[in-house]
Amino acid sequence: MKYLYINIIVLAGLLLGCTSSIHSQITKKASYGNFIIKNATIVTVTKGTFEGSVTIQDGIISGVSKSGSKDKTVMEGGATIIDAKGMYVYPGMIDGGTHIGLGEIGAVSLTQDYNELGDFIPHMQALTAVNPSSVNIPVNRIAGVTTALACPDGGLFPGTAALIHLHGYTPEQMFAGFKAPILNFPASGKRGRWDRRSEEDVKKDEEKANKKLNDIWTKAKQYTKIDSLATAKNKKKAGFNPQMDALMPVIRNEMPLLIVVNKDSDIKAAIKWVETQNVKAIFMGVAEGWRVAEEIAKAEIPVIVGPVLDNPRRASDPYEINYANPGILAKAGVQVAIRTNETENVRNLPYNAGFAATYGMGIDEALKAITINPAQIFGLGDKLGSIEKGKIANLIICTGDPFETKTDVKHVFINGWNIPMESRQTLLYDEFLDRSPGMNK
Amino acid sequence: MKRLLFILSFVIICHVGYSQDILVKNGTLITITDGVKENTDILIRNGKISQIAKGIKAPSGVEVIDAEGMYIMPGIIDAHSHLGIDAVNEATDPNTAHVWVGDALNPYDVGIYRALAGGVTTSHAMHGSANAVGGQCETIKHRWGVHDPEELRMIGAPRTIKFALGENPMRVHGEGRGLTPRTRMGMEQVFRKSFADGQAYMDAWNDYNSGKVKTPPAYDLKMQTMADILKGEILIHCHSYRADEILMLMDVLSDYGVKNITFQHVNEGFKVAPELAAFGAHASVFSDWWAYKFEVYYSTAYNATILAKNGVVTSINSDSRELIRHLYHEAAKTQKYGDLSDNEALKMITINPAIQLGIDKEVGSLEKGKDGDLAIFNKHPLSIYAIPQKTIVDGHIRFDIDNDMDDIRLDVDPTETIPAYIETQSHGGHSCGDGCMQGVAEHLLHKH
Repeated sequence: MKYLYINIIVLAGLLLGCTSSIHSQITKKASYGNFIIKNATIVTVTKGTFEGSVTIQDGIISGVSKSGSKDKTVMEGGATIIDAKGMYVYPGMIDGGTHIGLGEIGAVSLTQDYNELGDFIPHMQALTAVNPSSVNIPVNRIAGVTTALACPDGGLFPGTAALIHLHGYTPEQMFAGFKAPILNFPASGKRGRWDRRSEEDVKKDEEKANKKLNDIWTKAKQYTKIDSLATAKNKKKAGFNPQMDALMPVIRNEMPLLIVVNKDSDIKAAIKWVETQNVKAIFMGVAEGWRVAEEIAKAEIPVIVGPVLDNPRRASDPYEINYANPGILAKAGVQVAIRTNETENVRNLPYNAGFAATYGMGIDEALKAITINPAQIFGLGDKLGSIEKGKIANLIICTGDPFETKTDVKHVFINGWNIPMESRQTLLYDEFLDRSPGMNK
Repeated sequence: MKRLLFILSFVIICHVGYSQDILVKNGTLITITDGVKENTDILIRNGKISQIAKGIKAPSGVEVIDAEGMYIMPGIIDAHSHLGIDAVNEATDPNTAHVWVGDALNPYDVGIYRALAGGVTTSHAMHGSANAVGGQCETIKHRWGVHDPEELRMIGAPRTIKFALGENPMRVHGEGRGLTPRTRMGMEQVFRKSFADGQAYMDAWNDYNSGKVKTPPAYDLKMQTMADILKGEILIHCHSYRADEILMLMDVLSDYGVKNITFQHVNEGFKVAPELAAFGAHASVFSDWWAYKFEVYYSTAYNATILAKNGVVTSINSDSRELIRHLYHEAAKTQKYGDLSDNEALKMITINPAIQLGIDKEVGSLEKGKDGDLAIFNKHPLSIYAIPQKTIVDGHIRFDIDNDMDDIRLDVDPTETIPAYIETQSHGGHSCGDGCMQGVAEHLLHKH
């Protein structure tokens, strides 16, 4: 009893400690308005690379012009001019799969909001639990990641993911216009070295999970049919069933299903399932995609691969295969986006892409995999992912190639907001590089 | 066919393993201690660097590698790894100074080959962080291809021991087993008691050896190890995060006159960088890991830079089978988080970890007389586009991208029937924290 009591005190103390610190990003306010970025090398991703200027108005890229062109960059009410001579403008990077905003401290479970109880809970909304004040957010966005898919994780249907911009004071302000439920596709085989199940049990568990998935899907189809009939006849809907409601847009092909699947045989099974059920699918993880790249390409299923900076899945695999995986998939004709699957280090997205570029994907394709490709995969190709007139003003200004480790990101714009280039990590640097007092009292 | 390939690969590996003489010509040598030398040759004889000069003529029988356009740096050193050992944690007592990871080395760990493919030639195989005083560690050379565990050891490397502060030992012993330490107060007293016991044991033996006492004291390996630490014969590598606990351990060590310590992880080292420098303590840090537990919530990726600028000998380590494959990239992060020069950044994965492991006379730079350990890259190793081409250990080519088998395993089990697929990392990031908690029972970790 005494032991329990002490634990409660320790836990309460820890919680108090957390709440006082988690709820402040400790950065300056972002600024809004008209901006002209001049003399930059603009890497549009979709329309080539050239010297020129970009204008931002009302949160939108209002103009992109080449140096020497006759387009006049005049703005009513004036504009803040940023001379980006010698610097580069890129679209804000998009991480196709993370827990950002949903997790604060790994080992403190009460700060982990991406893993709800239950195996069939597609109605759990990631966006509901996104903490706009997470200390993680400024740390990661000043590295140039402006947008990320916040994903629930856990059981078969762990919830509905939401794409968020990494700036805003409410989840709704941060919402970037894409949601989809996640399916952790039933995994065959053992889950790791620690998995002590017998071969028989492994097989049984797999069959059970597959049966469960198919039962759920049959029910969801029936539910959708009934719902359509009820709507057509202007009748009241059947009772409260939020799980089924969450899957209906997928059944109706109005929304894709995010399917997490990694092992080659599981990927094949998932392709078959997607075709049988006529589901609009996006595959995530896809660690062994390189083994079945042709099949994925043939099925025309886009993939969000990653993390790239990861070990191969089998002891017998070539050492570099995880770095090479996105390139192999892209070469086979698969549309590829890259994810970090990170919470606090989403900032390493350009390095995941950089390793993919180095090991076969090439710089241009790897850049697309963290800009225009995820935008298109999420159905937002007309709004995000490139420097084009009319798109949302998510862009970064950096000193060089953003894949190169030493490149500094100097400015970040999210939804047209000029983001302060600081986070708790930069503030700690400022305070402690030359600490005062030093050694004296 | 597969079997034939396997035998063939084995033959090739063995064949490569026999040569200890090699001449690498026309490369850009990043010596670390003597600048960058363009278009220069480096000759290794009998496993040691014997000459660095332009236009060296190949002695007969010496293999020549043309490295024109390539960058050659000293083999990378990881001061914190768990590769090549079969057991990481003996989580049964707050003090397990008597155990030694070197008792169970595993030359078949494919992680060793994968690390070589990232240019890493030496690593510090460490005991875990479950105990305040953990077990003794082993400095290994990545001699992939050898079958005798003995051949992994870096002969002559000083003995090292793992200490651990903060949440891990508090969780395992305090929360999990109802034993001190449950707090950082308890932590201090565990160390004071361990050192006091070690001192008493040493005194008892001194009394016996000087004839003051006739009967010898009972031999106790744990106490003998504590005594060896007090005598300065073992280097301490201490898992630590928070500034206060770092100051605490330096106080305890001062009281016992112990000087040799490298703080590992040391995420809040930046807060007490002047104190670390004044003590002469070293720091071995992650490039950017943080927030995986509460004690690393107030971290900054600028840690390495702040420590280095304050005069602390700092290295960047992996503590991970994954990160160890691209330490050159992790070192480059010090140029994003703090603008270190190329040489300052590369010191963090070469000479600095060598100093911390007490092997800087043998490895860590390209100097005549040092071990013939080289990492050859096609581009500058701090570039994201650099690909390691060849990794040489003691004059042996242990990794060669032009001779890299798809399946490199040395101990394929012919009876293996299950698909050997392993879910290595279901989640990017490091939600379970550092790799130092391997082998600690799940129920211990998750009990609250």
